[in-house]
Amino acid sequence: MAMSANIMNASQQPLLRAQGLNIEIAGRHVLEQIDLDLMRGEIVTIVGPNGSGKSTLLRALIGAIEPTSGHVRQASGLRIGYVPQRLHIDPTLPLTVRRFFNLPGRHSRQAIDDALARAGIEGRGETPMTGLSGGQFQRALMARALLDNPDVLMLDEASQGLDQTGTADFYRQIEEVRNTVGCAVLMVSHDLHVVMRAADRVICLNHHICCQGLPEAVSAAPEYRALFGSVDEEALALFRHDPHHHPHGGHEHHGAEFHQTEHDDAQ
Amino acid sequence: MLNDFMIRALFAGLGVVLAAAPLGCFVVWRRMAFFGAATAHAAVLGVALSLAMSISVFVGVLAISLLMAIMVTLLSNRGYAMDTLLGVMAHASLAFGLVAVSFVTDVRIDLMAYLFGDILAVGRSDLAIIWGGAGLVLLLTMWRWQALLLSTVSEDLAYAQGVNPQREALILTLSLAIVVAVAIKVVGVLLIAALLIIPAAAARLISRTPERMALGAAAIGAFSVAAGLWGSWHLDTPTGPTIVCAAAILFALLSVIARPLSARFAR
Repeated sequence: MAMSANIMNASQQPLLRAQGLNIEIAGRHVLEQIDLDLMRGEIVTIVGPNGSGKSTLLRALIGAIEPTSGHVRQASGLRIGYVPQRLHIDPTLPLTVRRFFNLPGRHSRQAIDDALARAGIEGRGETPMTGLSGGQFQRALMARALLDNPDVLMLDEASQGLDQTGTADFYRQIEEVRNTVGCAVLMVSHDLHVVMRAADRVICLNHHICCQGLPEAVSAAPEYRALFGSVDEEALALFRHDPHHHPHGGHEHHGAEFHQTEHDDAQ
Repeated sequence: MLNDFMIRALFAGLGVVLAAAPLGCFVVWRRMAFFGAATAHAAVLGVALSLAMSISVFVGVLAISLLMAIMVTLLSNRGYAMDTLLGVMAHASLAFGLVAVSFVTDVRIDLMAYLFGDILAVGRSDLAIIWGGAGLVLLLTMWRWQALLLSTVSEDLAYAQGVNPQREALILTLSLAIVVAVAIKVVGVLLIAALLIIPAAAARLISRTPERMALGAAAIGAFSVAAGLWGSWHLDTPTGPTIVCAAAILFALLSVIARPLSARFAR
């Protein structure tokens, strides 16, 4: 599918930009002064404790929550593939996987069958959504989000309910998608170790952005340690980051300096 | 042939159930069953006001139904549960309607005709209003079908893909008010919600996609109208309630027959 001309021509422009974003819900400051740019091809992970506003931030970025002040700007014609934290489909709504994938745009039978095969749920097209297991459901949501060749893939704790193989597949798929489709990936996760391995940039969120930067830098930052405790050396080894896979070298990285370790990539 | 009152009744009933079928599916999927009933109850106030002001009952009912729907939507942001709000609004408007009717002393009102409908008294101009309203609702729901369906599955998925679920909900509310206004003559205030819900609920038992459920609801509704007219002719029973009884019997029969099917589809 052809990418929007606007987006192609303006590859240096952010796909998505939040400026001075404030969100108050029922008198509580859920998000304060969030500034965020998302560039094509980067994988950004948002980490933060429960109730720190991670999901709210994603929902504000897709336009589901009106900011109290500040604004969100999407590149024109931006296609977002969104995988929500959970999705309840009412049992009175008969919805096969294939029908769900055809919402809101229609896709060819072949395109859907291929997407299902890639997601590891081959031949499930005629299964009702409510008949999928938790892991299969999650895979189906992800496959649907990718079907439109999104410019941005947004994942809200999307690996929950997946078994170990499923989780590994899942992160492999994210990197693969970034490399082949070239979309940006913005994800929220609790799964610190695995997520930090795949991210180009980590944003540590606790109502405001505490710190952000390369995974190694963030995990060493005092703000991060204050939230998650210090990270042991073994875990740090997992956070190794390969600069050659980094599509944009020129980000500003807040937080501590980091030293590139000399270990082999042992993933 | 439209001179025959039974033929006119048949066409009036068919018009209502055809428009009510897709709408009733959304009412079931979105758990809005009580919303339909509340809109219908508010219609009594609409009848009283339009008689007092000598305007068309159709216009009065439409206006009051819409007003109630909008008030419920606005008030629901203030922290009351939806069912509580609908309960307050439905019964309040029914009570105010009944009181208001008693003030209109110079007009002899057969309130029973509005509570239970009088499909056998449908005239040519009523037929025009019913089919005009039903056609409009059918066009609206077909035009917005994909967006309505996606908004029903998940508001966040809708936002992410550029569909505004609030606008879709408004279209649904508007359609609901139109159907109530045109159906009041056919089945009356108390049974309108039945024509929305029962055919859709019955069709769920034999449907695997949303479209088939809507078509099934239309077929079950049409059969109920025909069976109800036939039954009331032979049994000398009130026609509106007999139509609803026919739909309910179909629902019961399908529940018994379709049980093995639904068990097969369940996980």
